[in-house]
Amino acid sequence: MSAPGNESDWAMWMRAAFRGDREAYRRFFASATPRLRAMARSHGARFGLDGRDVEDVVQETLLTIHIKRNTWDETRPITPWMAAILRNKLIDAYRRRRARPKEVSADAVFLTAPDEARTGELDRMIDRLGERERDLICSISLDGQSIAAVASRLDMNEGAVRVALHRAIKSLARLYRNASK
Amino acid sequence: MKTDELVDALVADLDASSPRLNRAIILAFSVGALVIAALFIRFVGLRADIANVYATLRFLTKFVVTLGLALPALGLTVRLARPEAEPDKKLLLLAIAPAILFLAVALELHATSPGSWWTRLAGVNARYCVTLIPALAALPLACLLYALRRAAPSDCQLAGLLAGLAAGGVGAAIYATHCMDDSPLFLATWYPIGVGVVALAGAWLGPRVLDW
Repeated sequence: MSAPGNESDWAMWMRAAFRGDREAYRRFFASATPRLRAMARSHGARFGLDGRDVEDVVQETLLTIHIKRNTWDETRPITPWMAAILRNKLIDAYRRRRARPKEVSADAVFLTAPDEARTGELDRMIDRLGERERDLICSISLDGQSIAAVASRLDMNEGAVRVALHRAIKSLARLYRNASK
Repeated sequence: MKTDELVDALVADLDASSPRLNRAIILAFSVGALVIAALFIRFVGLRADIANVYATLRFLTKFVVTLGLALPALGLTVRLARPEAEPDKKLLLLAIAPAILFLAVALELHATSPGSWWTRLAGVNARYCVTLIPALAALPLACLLYALRRAAPSDCQLAGLLAGLAAGGVGAAIYATHCMDDSPLFLATWYPIGVGVVALAGAWLGPRVLDW
């Protein structure tokens, strides 16, 4: 599974993201997510994870990549860094799966479509957020993906929305951490 | 929530950050070490005869050994603070301090009479040594672990252990400015106990505090 071109693209986009370039960051995620999903799928089979579990792992990995992006050393390759985060989250998913027996599902088959309607880990975590935080995270997509749009809808100062969103995402990461202990 | 929607939120949350993780870790540790060193020297003080002994080999050996442990341990902590880092042969750098200590003990045994060995080993202030080293290491360890929470260590227990060795080494070095027991026999017996306590504390705290 190697397309060397992606390593340099991802590294370039992430470097740009460090300088605040949201477009580059978006491209990074758009390109990296399918590859992470493929990696998770192939490794996940070994852990007995199904399609829904795999998407859970992908989502938690993306969240962690974002929160811990400062741990990527720019002088080193980015792919091993991403893979290491994915591996860490696969193990967390495996632990969670062991703690909670599999739900009975008509199509609990490995090759389920990624964004299955069955409740995923992300939705469970979001449910545990405060109402305000949940609303913020969920509405970025709906509000044209921008903080400015959310701010105008909620009649809040952009800076305040930025801070609140940041806190909400950190809360989400914390909920994930506590869930896999 | 779909993955794409999550990504939208993550992208919106981006701000320009200069991720100088290594610098932050080293800075936090240094601040903790300097603060506790300053407080210790101010309130407990350097040993009274420091002007006479600072150039002696035995005195200097105490710093070479303690800092010779702390600095490689700190460097390794920084290296292993990243998710893809693997423990490798660089861990052998931790063997430098014990090797020097071993050499110092051998020289001491050679240069002194067997009748004096037990007295030298037992020393006068073993109790202070074993309790003050962990006490002095506590703040540097706390600062280091605090900085490591922003990191993503591949092995939290190992990272904690290394942090404990770094903090313990520095605590021991600070204690050495006051300690009147200079024999390498004392150094080899009691200092490792003090440092060991801190290392174990770090290893215990690692998975609990550094988890990501």
